[in-house]
Amino acid sequence: MSKILVVAEVSGAKLKKTTLSAIGFARAAGLPFDVLVLGQGVGAAAEELRAYGAGAVKVADGAALANYVGETFAPTVSEAAKGYSVVVVTASSFGKDLAPRVAARLGAGFASDIAGVENAGGALSYKRPMYAGNALATMQITTPVQVVSVRQSEFEAAAPSGGSSPVEAVAVAPAPLAGRVEFVSFDEVKSARPELAEAKVVVSGGRSLKSAEGFKTVLEPLVDVMGAAMGASRAAVDAGYVPNDLQVGQTGKVVAPKLYIAVGISGAIQHIAGMKNSKVIVAINKDPEAPIFQLADYGLVADLYKAVPELTEAVKKIRAEG
Amino acid sequence: MKILVPLKRTADPDNANKIKIGAGGAKIETTGLEPKANPFDEYAVEASLRLIENGQTKARNAGDKLTVVSFGPKEAATNIRQALAMGGDDGLLFLSDDESLDGDLVARALARVVEQQKPDLVVLGKQAVDGDSNQVGQILAELLQWPSATFAMSIELSADKKTAIVGREVDGGVIKLKLTLPAVITVDLRIVAPKSVVNHVTPATFNYPEGARFTPLPMIIKAKTKPIVEAPIASLGVEGALKSKYASFALPPARKGGVKVKDVAELVQKLRTEAKVL
Repeated sequence: MSKILVVAEVSGAKLKKTTLSAIGFARAAGLPFDVLVLGQGVGAAAEELRAYGAGAVKVADGAALANYVGETFAPTVSEAAKGYSVVVVTASSFGKDLAPRVAARLGAGFASDIAGVENAGGALSYKRPMYAGNALATMQITTPVQVVSVRQSEFEAAAPSGGSSPVEAVAVAPAPLAGRVEFVSFDEVKSARPELAEAKVVVSGGRSLKSAEGFKTVLEPLVDVMGAAMGASRAAVDAGYVPNDLQVGQTGKVVAPKLYIAVGISGAIQHIAGMKNSKVIVAINKDPEAPIFQLADYGLVADLYKAVPELTEAVKKIRAEG
Repeated sequence: MKILVPLKRTADPDNANKIKIGAGGAKIETTGLEPKANPFDEYAVEASLRLIENGQTKARNAGDKLTVVSFGPKEAATNIRQALAMGGDDGLLFLSDDESLDGDLVARALARVVEQQKPDLVVLGKQAVDGDSNQVGQILAELLQWPSATFAMSIELSADKKTAIVGREVDGGVIKLKLTLPAVITVDLRIVAPKSVVNHVTPATFNYPEGARFTPLPMIIKAKTKPIVEAPIASLGVEGALKSKYASFALPPARKGGVKVKDVAELVQKLRTEAKVL
């Protein structure tokens, strides 16, 4: 019987929501699954995971796993994966780094950043976007064990299904490379805003904001009054206005919020790849020919320096009225 | 120090929306799209040059070498040549077609190239912009059993060139890892910022221009005389069936554009009453 191993993601020992999309994959595939959580002091995360209908919640807990380093996590995941037919992790920066390593260790085929799964009589096939989302491929893996990373925006976060899965401890495997790669630090960007991949509203800015200062003074007030996550185009990241982890697009985050507001973003292919599945898209740009207008539900041709503060004030007023 | 940069020839990513599906869904047609080096691999070439040169004088130690390797059609020599014009020393082209490769096979073939070339570092793009898989660097590191850092936005090479501290751009911040060489590094966008690469040779006051370097005509002419060795990929002796296969391709459903609104007031009104998202 085919069985899936879902690899959970934690940050500072706390369970990350990304995990719920990987569980969503297991449910969509219609196969029984266990969950593996790795880290140090992850008992509470494991406890939380008992409510999702897993056959078991496996826990690898140890000081060696205190911080994510691919070289220390991959051996433990690969050991724990023995006996499973599919290993799945969400394609966050954690999953993107880890999944191919696990595939290599298991000699398994790998399907990266998939947007869908089909189960035809036990044979799984995977849909995955390529060419910045301009082609949708169907991939099959020919090895007995398969490793998959799933796109968070395409797999619904699983809701608790009740029940209480048993918790099993698994061993932390030796990591032969641990002596040659050392965790130095994690400089976390603390933000009161929601995470990009999980936000209901995303407000993104492009190069037209002209500077880091432009993002701060023009865009951020709108982001905050909307309770939104802030995103950016690759051009804005390239120009150094904002850090790369705010990048929405082919090589950044893929988002699908209820409302996406693109400010001063022309709509390069790389950017569209990261936001075209948003429910409602608003574009504000002074160039009426900007490609972003071809997919925006509501387009406003205007100077962003005038329109964005106006929109911020209007939303503020609505919020004040309740 | 020796650096190996794997480079993939890809269809122009800025026109990826012009690809077509051919042979009844059996293949992706990129006819008419200019083939270019994968932009992330170009950044890997830039970062590698910054690791071995004095940025100010462009001087290099005699023993330092940058080799560019590609798996692809004969025409990929053009893309290797471009990297040599940036400052690479020599190229290797293993003739193959894309359909007969997957990420696993590319990584296994690269591992053989590494055994032959014995570089101190393999620096490559975090992903190719056609397949968008983001896998080869990670698989290669496991096969070689070398330490690695993916999604690099900074590299600081120690003065003795034995270790490197790499800043990895991850969700919510930057993770720094200290790698003992030889190692594998995959690069992200910010690696070409003015001060992203530190080698303790380039003066600390020196700022690189943003992005991959411009190749002036004399460098292009010089690159014409640099060696590119061609061989069939079979010469690497990497055997075995593909572990993953594409069964079919389709175009994604198109999204229809909506309406233009005349001002902020109308936008707010539509978002409230029509889209009901405010």
